[in-house]
Amino acid sequence: MTRDPKQITERIIGLVAVCFLLLAPVLVSNYWVDVILTQMLIVGIAAASLIFLAAYGGMISLAQTALAGTAGFILGNLATVGGEGGESKGLSLGWDPTLSLVIAIVGTVLIGLFFGAIAARSTGIYFLMITLTFSVIGFYFVGQVTVISGFSGIGGINRYTPGFVGDMVNDRFRLYYIAFGVAVLVYAAIRFIVRTPFGLSLQGVRDEPVRMSSLGYAVPLHRTLAFGLAAFFAALSGVLLVWWQGQIAPGDVGLPATIDLLIVAVIGGLARIEGAWIGALAFILIGNYIRDSWLTQLLDDLHIGGSFNTIIGLIFLLIVIVSPDGLVGLWDRLWGRLRSGGDSDAPGAPVSPVGAVPREV
Amino acid sequence: MSERIAQLDVRRRAPTVIVGLLVGFALLYIIVLATPSTDIGGNWRTTTFGSAIDDWQSFTRTLLNGLTFAALLFIVASGFSLIFGLMRVVNMAYGSLYLIGGYVAYEVQQKMTGSGFTIPGIEVSTWEWVLPAMVAAGVVGLIGLFVQQVFLSWNQGQELRQALITIAISVIIADQIIAHFNKGLASTVTWPGWSNRLVELPLLGVDYSLARLVMLFLGVAVGFALWVWLYRTRTGLVIRAGVDDLQMTSALGVNIKRTLALAFVVGSALAAFGGVVGASQGAVAPGQDGQWLLNSLVVVIIGGMGSLLGAAVGSLLYGLTFSFSAVYLPTIGDNCCTQYSIVFTFILLALVLAFRPQGLFGKFT
Repeated sequence: MTRDPKQITERIIGLVAVCFLLLAPVLVSNYWVDVILTQMLIVGIAAASLIFLAAYGGMISLAQTALAGTAGFILGNLATVGGEGGESKGLSLGWDPTLSLVIAIVGTVLIGLFFGAIAARSTGIYFLMITLTFSVIGFYFVGQVTVISGFSGIGGINRYTPGFVGDMVNDRFRLYYIAFGVAVLVYAAIRFIVRTPFGLSLQGVRDEPVRMSSLGYAVPLHRTLAFGLAAFFAALSGVLLVWWQGQIAPGDVGLPATIDLLIVAVIGGLARIEGAWIGALAFILIGNYIRDSWLTQLLDDLHIGGSFNTIIGLIFLLIVIVSPDGLVGLWDRLWGRLRSGGDSDAPGAPVSPVGAVPREV
Repeated sequence: MSERIAQLDVRRRAPTVIVGLLVGFALLYIIVLATPSTDIGGNWRTTTFGSAIDDWQSFTRTLLNGLTFAALLFIVASGFSLIFGLMRVVNMAYGSLYLIGGYVAYEVQQKMTGSGFTIPGIEVSTWEWVLPAMVAAGVVGLIGLFVQQVFLSWNQGQELRQALITIAISVIIADQIIAHFNKGLASTVTWPGWSNRLVELPLLGVDYSLARLVMLFLGVAVGFALWVWLYRTRTGLVIRAGVDDLQMTSALGVNIKRTLALAFVVGSALAAFGGVVGASQGAVAPGQDGQWLLNSLVVVIIGGMGSLLGAAVGSLLYGLTFSFSAVYLPTIGDNCCTQYSIVFTFILLALVLAFRPQGLFGKFT
């Protein structure tokens, strides 16, 4: 299979992408590194946690944004020192940043396991609804409880980083490389996990829950553990996010943010992990360069009205209708067509959790 | 052997007993334990109003607030449940339909009364409320029909894809509402003038807003109408058959596509009608689409998808939990604990999911 031209092409593209990302601070402008690429890596990690659950667990979770936010809120409450943050609320406990970091990640994983245990007995569309409900309740919780946040959120978190991480405020390239490292680790971890016995039985649970259950596998436990693992990845992304933007507010875990992450994952493609970063890049580029382009002008000219969000919605709609597997799915289908001369359903094409007609459980 | 079974039995019953005790304690707390707040500090028994025995009137008002909110929840969520039960479509644009309903009614009412920004309640006749509500329900019903025919009819069965499509639509609608309706400002539909007063309830001796009682009446009326429609007409028969087995119903020679479209129109119109009632009681504002999507989700997750009774019971449980937890949590210090009321919504949801993942009146598919 190593001779497969598609695989070779993908390896080459991957290698070029990694080299480009490594050299990016030299190659492109600071704005590109700090805003577009760093954000792409961070959002991509969160999207990867969503795609991991979708592609290998058959669970589309809308709680990943909330989980990333949980890590951010815990870190913000523990690590910051009161008074200095000015307007910012929160407990401002001023704990040791390293300890706060560990607690933020472990706490998020525990909360993820708890949520996962509640939601694990449902699948498909029910799972999506339940995780969405968790996420929205989380949003109202941090908004209502002024002790830990309130609607203004917590600021100045990036000034309290652990020593081994270093200065995030002035040295933006450092943050970029850390995000890059974490992204590579998350990608490698997911690729590794899905090959372990746990990953294989998780995929069995995805395809044939009833059969796996009668073979003696604990189906809800597999789903719960996968959810906890995804919560860990989401927590990493959440920590990086608060370091990147310096603050966290309920808006970061609200419904629009939740939907944005889903859009990222769907644009990239829910069938393969690579889609996470491809989708993130596409989404951020659209956000940065279409906002004031001829497209928004077109809305005005046609007297439709509306802003950037209408365009994002239309693009999202188009992608879901035309290629439910996103950009990666488009790429796979292109190769399938090349190989079999027009037959798009080539064997070996990854199964999309979106396009596939779900099996009755 | 019998000991072992008894042990198992205890272990299996333990969660039920614990939940029973907790619910019992919550009731006991509300009825007897809570004490009215004092000026100095307080303890875990201190609440704003005190117990039901101490302050019967506040208790009744809280109860009525819960019931009337449940009525609004039911109007909105019953449509969501209808659409889901029949088509397995999780209509994520449902909150957007609610918003459009409220805004359309606002615009129509403004045109009809010719008034400016706010209309004095006394100047609104019953007709000037009913017609905007009907227009809103009609317009949103048509939007629903359009969405269903163009985006959802050709991919029946691909649940997640349909959910994603409706998410995309909700993003577009949310943005378009800001562009086209009242500059995206919070807008209020005015209740008819006659309802804008307090009435003294017989027997209870409590003054209560007539408008909120109208809301309760509307909820019950919608419930009754839906029940008649679903259980006493031929169309309802087909819909209930479709909820149980869509393919079999179709195989029996029923034009199922027309039924699906009709159910989607009715469901969307219910969202809009709920939006009008919600806009009359409070206001509609951008961002509430998420809130009402959440409300609908919570109700149908608790009650069970596609069940009318489930929607009613889910609305009641959620409405009462929402209303009581906002008032009857301890208020130690300045603003303790009542801000945690959202947690109770989550607890309610988690309990139902832990014991009955399919919802109280739901069936496994």
